[in-house]
Amino acid sequence: MPVLLLASVVVFSMLHLVPGDPIDAMMGASAFQAGTIRQDLVDQVRHDLGLNDPLPVQYGRWILGAIHGDFGVSFIKNRPVADLIVERLPSTTQLAIASLLFAVTLGLALGIIAATHRNSPIDAAVMLISLGGVSMPSFWLGLLLILAFSVLLNWLPATGSGSLEQLVLPAIALGYEGVALVARLTRAAMLEALSAQYITTARSKGLAAGAVVFRHALRNALIPIVTVAGLQAGHLLAGSVIVETVFARQGIGQLAIDAILTKDYPLVQGIILFTAASYIVLNLLTDISYGYLDPRIRSAG
Amino acid sequence: MGTSIRGFAQPADVLPLALPAAHRSAGPWARALRRLEHNRLALFAAGFLMLVAVIAFVVPLLVAIDPYQQNLHDSLQSPGSASHLLGTDQFGRDVLLRLIDGARVSLSVGVLAVAIGASLGGAIGLLSGYFGGRLDGVLMRLIDVKLAFPGILAALVIVTVLGGGLDKAMVAVGIGALPRYARVVRASVMANKHEVFVEAARSLGASHGRIMFGHIVPHVLGPLITLATLGLATAILATASLSFLGLGAQPPTAEWGLMLSDSRKYLRIAWWLAVFPGASIMLTVLAINVLGDGVRDALDPRLSVGVD
Repeated sequence: MPVLLLASVVVFSMLHLVPGDPIDAMMGASAFQAGTIRQDLVDQVRHDLGLNDPLPVQYGRWILGAIHGDFGVSFIKNRPVADLIVERLPSTTQLAIASLLFAVTLGLALGIIAATHRNSPIDAAVMLISLGGVSMPSFWLGLLLILAFSVLLNWLPATGSGSLEQLVLPAIALGYEGVALVARLTRAAMLEALSAQYITTARSKGLAAGAVVFRHALRNALIPIVTVAGLQAGHLLAGSVIVETVFARQGIGQLAIDAILTKDYPLVQGIILFTAASYIVLNLLTDISYGYLDPRIRSAG
Repeated sequence: MGTSIRGFAQPADVLPLALPAAHRSAGPWARALRRLEHNRLALFAAGFLMLVAVIAFVVPLLVAIDPYQQNLHDSLQSPGSASHLLGTDQFGRDVLLRLIDGARVSLSVGVLAVAIGASLGGAIGLLSGYFGGRLDGVLMRLIDVKLAFPGILAALVIVTVLGGGLDKAMVAVGIGALPRYARVVRASVMANKHEVFVEAARSLGASHGRIMFGHIVPHVLGPLITLATLGLATAILATASLSFLGLGAQPPTAEWGLMLSDSRKYLRIAWWLAVFPGASIMLTVLAINVLGDGVRDALDPRLSVGVD
C-alpha cells in the first residue's frame, strides 16, 4: 500500500512536469495555428478543470477520487477514465488469464519432463525452447503466428477481440515468455527436490515413479514456481500493451498506447495507477497462496 | 542478501596496499576468463555478436551503403531477386542494408541504455549500500516504487513524460532498468563492506572514496558485469518494443522494431518484411543471453540473477 501511494505520487508528479499545457493537447495544435483560440475560454476551461490550483491540491483531489473509483475525465475522449478502463477490462483479463494458463500448464509440463529426463535430448530441447522464449520479442512471435495461422493456413483470425478464436494467437504470443520462465524454474526446482532424501525414501519403499514425481517432488517444488507465475502475471499486464497492438485487440494496453500518443494525461495516469494496483494485488495473492502450498508457512504466520 | 562472490575475496586482498595493482585482481579475473573459454556455447555466442558488430560498424566504413535509398520501381521485391538478397520494402529500400543499419542502431542504443542504467544505478547502489542509514532508506524507497511497474511499463511512463523518439526511448529503457542495478550493487556492497580488507583499509586511514572505489568496487564489478550483459539483451528488446509501439525510433530510421511495425501493413503480400527484422532481434538477443549466462557462470557459479 505505501508503495502504491508513493508510485501514485511519482506518476502524478512526472506527468505534471511535462512541458506544455494539457489544454494545448485538448484543443489541438491546429486550432492554435489557426489563431481561433479565445484566451478567455482557455482560462475558463483551465479554471473548471482545477489546473490553476497548486500541484499538491490537484494530487489530493485526484488520489481521493481514485480511491472512490473516480480517475477523472479523459481530455481527448471526454469520458470518465474509469468507464474507459472498465469497458476494456474484459478483453485484457481474458488475454492475461488465457496466456497465464498457457504459460503455467505448458511450462510445468516441459519443466517436469526436462527434470525427469535430465541430460537427455529431451532436456536439451526443453532448455532450447526456454532460451528462445526469453529472447523472442512477443511482437515478432505475434506476427509469425499471424503469418502461419491466418495468412498461410487461414485457420484463425489475425485481429480483433471478443471470440475464443481471436484469443488463441494473442495468448500464445503473450504467454511464450512465461512458458520459458516457468519451464526453466520448474526444471531447477524439480531437480533440487528430486535429489532430496525424502525422494530416496519414497523410492526405496517402492512407490511408483509417477507418485514420487507428482506427490512428493512437485509439491515441494511448487513454491518457487508459484512465485514466478505470480510475477509473470504482472508482466502479462505490461506485455499486453504490445500484444494487443499486434493483434488490434480493444484492451487496456491499446488504450494506454492511444493515451500516450495523444498525450491524454488523465487516462495515462488512471491506467498506470490501475495496472500498478493490480500488480501489487497479484503479488499479495501470490504471497497468500504460499500458506496453502506449504503448511510450515501457515503455522508460522 | 548475502551475495559474496567466491573467488573474489582472496587472502591477497587483505593486504591490497602492499601488492602491485596487476597482482591484486589478476587471479580471480583470469580464472573467470578461463572458465568462460571452456564454455563453447558462450564462445560461439560471443563470436556471433562480434560478427554482428563488425558488420554493423565496420562494413559501412568500407562499402558505401544507403539504407534510405528509395526506388519505387523495385518496391516489395521478394528475397533473392536481382541485387536484393533479402528483398525490398514498400519504398524499394533494400532490406539487408536496412538490417545492417538497424544492427548499428540497436547495438549502440542498447549499449548506451545499459551504460545509463548501470552507471546511475551502480552509483545509487554504491552510496546506498556503503553509507546506509537515512540515505539508504530514501533511495531504496524510491527504488521500491519501480516494483509497482513491471516490465516495459516503467519505460512507458518515462517515454510519456519525455515524448517519443529513439534517444528518449533509450533514456527511458536505461532509467527503467536502473533499480535492478542499484539493488544488486547495494546487496554486493553490503556483503563486502564489513570484510576484513575494508576494515584494514579503514584502519590505515583510507578515505571513504578510496575504500569505495579502491576496495569495494572491484568486488562489485562481477555481479555488475553479469547484470549488464544480460541487461543488454533486455535493453535491445525493450527499445525495439517501444519503436514497434511508435514510441521509439521514428520513420525513416532503419530500426528493427520499427521495420516490424511497418511490415504489418504488408503481411499478406510480403512475409520477408516481418521475418528478417524479427529474426535479427531474436538472434542478437539470444546470443547476448547465452553470453550473459556464460559470464555469470564464469564469474560465480552460485550467483543467480533472478527474474526482475
